[in-house]
This record gives sequence, C-alpha cells and structure tokens, in this order.
Amino acid sequence: MQLQPYATTGQKIWHYTFLTIAGGGLLFLVLPILVIIPLSFNSTSFLSYPLSGFSFRWYEEVFTSDVWVNAIQNSLMIGAASAFFATVLGTLAAMGLTRTDFRGKGAVNALLVSPMIVPIVISALGLYFFFAELGLNATYTGLILAHTALGAPFVVITVTATLQGFDNNMIRAAASLGANPVTVFFTVVLPLILPGVVSGALFAFATSFDEVVVVLFSAGPEQRTLPRQMFDGIKENITPAIMAAATLLIVFAFALLTVLEYLRRRSEKLNGAS
Amino acid sequence: MDQAPALTASQSDVLPQEENGLPLKVKLRRAERMKKIRAMALIAPLFIFTLLIFAIPIGIMLVRSIDNPEVVSYLPNTKVELDKWSGEGMPPQTLTAIFATDLVQAYHDKTAATVGKRLNYDVSGMRSLIMRTARKFKSHVPVDATLDTFVKADKRWKQEKYWNALKRASGSLTPFYLLSAVDKKIDDKGDIVNVSEGQAIYVNIFWRTIWIAGVVTVISLLLGFPIAYLLANTSSKVSNTLMFCVLLPFWTSLLVRTSAWVVLLQKNGIVNSSLMNLGLIDEPLTLLFARPGVYIGFIHLLLPFVILPLYSVMKSISPGYMRAAESLGAHPAVAFVRVYLPQTLPGIGAGGVLAFILAIGYYITPALIGGPQDQMLSYFIANHANSTLNWGLASALGMILLGSTLILFTIYNRLTGASGVKMG
Repeated sequence: MQLQPYATTGQKIWHYTFLTIAGGGLLFLVLPILVIIPLSFNSTSFLSYPLSGFSFRWYEEVFTSDVWVNAIQNSLMIGAASAFFATVLGTLAAMGLTRTDFRGKGAVNALLVSPMIVPIVISALGLYFFFAELGLNATYTGLILAHTALGAPFVVITVTATLQGFDNNMIRAAASLGANPVTVFFTVVLPLILPGVVSGALFAFATSFDEVVVVLFSAGPEQRTLPRQMFDGIKENITPAIMAAATLLIVFAFALLTVLEYLRRRSEKLNGAS
Repeated sequence: MDQAPALTASQSDVLPQEENGLPLKVKLRRAERMKKIRAMALIAPLFIFTLLIFAIPIGIMLVRSIDNPEVVSYLPNTKVELDKWSGEGMPPQTLTAIFATDLVQAYHDKTAATVGKRLNYDVSGMRSLIMRTARKFKSHVPVDATLDTFVKADKRWKQEKYWNALKRASGSLTPFYLLSAVDKKIDDKGDIVNVSEGQAIYVNIFWRTIWIAGVVTVISLLLGFPIAYLLANTSSKVSNTLMFCVLLPFWTSLLVRTSAWVVLLQKNGIVNSSLMNLGLIDEPLTLLFARPGVYIGFIHLLLPFVILPLYSVMKSISPGYMRAAESLGAHPAVAFVRVYLPQTLPGIGAGGVLAFILAIGYYITPALIGGPQDQMLSYFIANHANSTLNWGLASALGMILLGSTLILFTIYNRLTGASGVKMG
C-alpha cells in the first residue's frame, strides 16, 4: 500500500480517499465495541459521556444479584455441556467423513452442516414444536440438545479442515506396531488434530454462549441465560449493568480470539512439519 | 497350448492365494467395504442426532403449516357430516343436529375455544359466535337442532359465510396458512383470491425483508471492499493488527453489539451528541427504533462476513497483473475495473450472498433496534409463535423464509464450490 514516489496529484488524492474510507470502516467496526466499555464503570446510571465518576458498582450488581449470577451459571453450564457433546459427535463424524468416499456423502455432509445455514428462528420454531411433544420445553436437557445440534457443524468443519493435512500412514504405523484403534486415536490422532478439535469446541461453546432465539422460544424462567438476560434488559430498561455484562463478554471474545489465533498458527506449524 | 500353464503360474505370483483361498481382489474389496462401514459408524451418531434434533423439528414445522386438526379432532361427528355436505347454500338438518351436540361436547371438553380461534383466523368474529352458541346450547342441549335453532341462538348463523368457513376448516390438511402467508385466501366460491387490503401485510413484509437485506448487503460490500483491499495489500504486521479490528466484532456476542448500538444511537446517545457538538446537526436525529439504526446495526454485523471472503480472494491475486496492465498503458482506474475487479468477483459473490442469507434470517437486531415499520419475516414468525400463538401461520411464514434461504444457499454453494473461497 505504498504510494509511488512518481504518483500524480490525482493518484495521491485517490490514495488518501481510499485510506480514509478503509480506515473509517475499520473504526466503524471496532469503535462501538470499545466505546461502551468505559460506560460500565460510570458511577451513575447515565449511558453517555462525560462519565460522572469511576465505580465498580455495576460489576458488583452483575456478580452479586441472583438474576445475573443465575444467568451466568446457566450460560456456562449449557455452553460447556453442549460444547462437549458437539465436540465428541462432531470429531467422530469429521473422522468418518475424511476417511473414505461413499455414495451420498454430499447429502450427509449437507445435513450435518445444515443447522448452520437455516435461519435460527426456523430452527427455534421447529424445536419448540418438537420439544412440546416430548415435554422438553423449559428444561436444561432441551436447551443442551438444541445447542449441541447448533454447535456441532462448527466442530465438523474445523476438525475436517485439520484432518485434510493429516498423514494416514501414522495410523497404519501405530496399528502395525500393535496399538488398538482406541489407543491409536488417543495417542497418535488426537494430539495431532487437537488444535482443530479445540477450535471446534470453542466455536461450539461460543455458539451456545451467544444463542438467544432458541432460549426465547424454549427456555423457562429457570433456564434464563446471559444473552436472554441482556435481551430483556435492552428491551425494557438498558442500564450500565448490561454494559458491565457486555464488557465481560468482550473480554471473553478477546480471549477466544487470542486462543484461536494461537491454535491456527500451531496447526499450521504442525501441518508444515508433517 | 504350452503357454497356458505358464500364464497361470505367473498369475499366481501376482495374485497370491491365501490359505482361505480368497483372491486378493475379493479381500481388497472386503477391506474397502469394512473401511466404509467403519467410516459410516463414525458419522452415524451425529447424523442420527442431527436428524432427530434438527431435521425432524423442521419437518414438524412443515407439517404444521398445512395441519388442520381443530375441527377434525374436536368436532369429529360434524366433520363426517361436513364431508357429505356440498357446501352450497345452507347446511342440511343432519349437519346442524350433529354440530349442535358436538359443540356442546366440545364446550364441556374446553376445546370449543380452540375451534373458535381456528375459525376466527378465517372469518373474524367467528370465535365469539362459536362460544356464544355453545354457551346457549349447553343449558338445554338441543335435540335435532335445525338451522332455526342456531339462528335463534345467534342471528349470524343466517349468513352463509360462517357455514362456509366451517366447511373449509373440516379437512385434516389445509392450504389456509400458506395462502395467508402470501396474502391469499379461498373465498366462499372456492376460488383463490387476494385478502382485503387491510389484512394484506405479508407480501409487503417479504419484500421489506428482501429490501433491507439487499441494502445492507450492497453497503457492506461497498465498505468491505476497500477494507479487505487494505488488509490484503499491507505488510503482514500491519495487516495482523488491522485484522483484529475485523475479528473482534466477529467474535463479540451479537447481544453486546446490539446493546452497543442501542446506547450509541439513542436520542441523547453518543452519536447524536457528537454530531451536535461538531455542529453538523442542530437537533438529534431519530436513529434508534427507525430504519437508519437497523441499517447501521446490520452493516456492523455483516461487514466481517463480507470482508473475510474478499480478503481470502484478494490475497491470492498477484500484484503483477495490475502492474502489467498499467505498464501497457492502462489508466489505473481502467486497470482496476478491467483487470483487478473481475478477479475479485468470486469473493464479492460469496460474501454478498452470505451476507444476504444472514440478513434475511436475523431476528435479534431488528427486534431490538428497529421500530414497528422495520420488522422483518423473522419477527413475525417469532411473534405468531410466542404472542398470538397462531402456529400454523408462524410455520407457513417459516416455510417462505426457509425456501428463500435454501435457494440462496444453493447459489452460494455454486459460487464457493467452484472457486474455493474460504472464510478467514
């Protein structure tokens, strides 16, 4: 993006206009997120600048009030459980999908990733009807099942991508040395595809942690999650407590991004080595 | 003649016979089959799970959009008589007699209200008509009720349209909800006609959904293109830092981003107060609960989805092409339009279609940032499912949204499948 020393005035104007638009776009992306962080430390309940004073009172509210604590616990629990099931199911399926070709593989693949494509309102409506028949509305089981289905495609995609660079001779070598398939998986395959599995698990966790539409349709008051709590808050009365919760989620997103970037690099390194 | 045994000998060298006597070809095929079975066994758990927890629920939704159980299950004898009746003129006495007893039974079973609600979707006022008649009949159950008995209970029964509605609702399947979702209905003559102007809203909402999604997709592409270009053409150190500005919003919760915009766009919010301090406006703009807010919130959500595929495509375009074009005398603008732009088309297509698919399906952002005039299909699906409890109509609108998404996804698949555009 260097401006050539021989650039004409027109080219210079164009170059700086372009930089302004691109830079403005990047600021548009990141500023709204950064700007709400200080508001969560405001000592009064006004959501505008300048701040009236510094205070942790909104964080105190988030960490001590029953509603918020319960919502955070629910989100963590449902997220962890659905990420676990999605990771197990998704990793197995990805291994099956990369191992061999068979007729109808395209259709199977399409079904497995379809929860990612279908608008969430439609999945939520179908699940609401389905759970009503089974008595699973307003239960933790229902939400965990639903979030597992929504998160599994991400695991399938990340693990499949990692397995593309996997050398199948390593499985044969381990097996020829007498290891049974389970040992081969845990001592040879898993360590090598771990970056993909962990990214998939994080994707699945983030999907559940951010999901609100299925929760709106199917959850009862007991299963109120963090996004649901925020949804109601934004709808009724937006307070700095919501900004405090939002800030915590931004920190979470930042951590997630860092870990995923680390895993991506590590995976590239592993693939390069093999 | 001498050669035949020699050939067999050499063949047996190439294809050694094992003790069990099976040729290698058969064994290989068998091993391949085992491998396939093992692979399928690995896929099976998630396949069955997705079928159960995802495909079947959507199947139920599809069935709900044509399901018509109310009259069939709660007025079962009436249904039999309704099938016999041609639906022309006034109902015969056999029908009215059975309808009266069924109605009283339904009133005692507390299902009359459900039937009334269903009929009310078709002809408004029918819920109260059914309930009022049932209440009148329950004290003295009319024996061999005639049309007059009904008219005595409520004068409205004199009108053919109420009997026609009953007849229309007597099938176990109905096109009623699907027709309602496209602002059509079956009239008393059995023809498909437009619903009255005041009730026709869904076609309008469909086009509004497409319009909003189209506008935000185009703006996202226009804004995303220079950003992706900048990312793809700076040193990797700068590009990594800038990439953070794209990925942080991408990974930040939808609710966080939506709440940020609610705070920023308020009447006394940061955007309005900044613009007023800069002297650009004299009084605050209405951004929240209005169309501009919806556009802004959507573009913020969709930009990363547009930037990432564009970036992936632009990364693979060699700068040599542009240099070659310019060295051959093309004006930079001409070189850009005729050489660079065509090479980014797969990225523009993939990012654009993806953004459009996401935009027509989002629920949270328009629900929280938009006003009543900015709500899209998703909102009405959720509203009918959770507030008005008109599940048939919610499902029918869901069918329209699902159909549109699948068509778009097929296009998306063609675009990405052919060119191998990747996300991130």
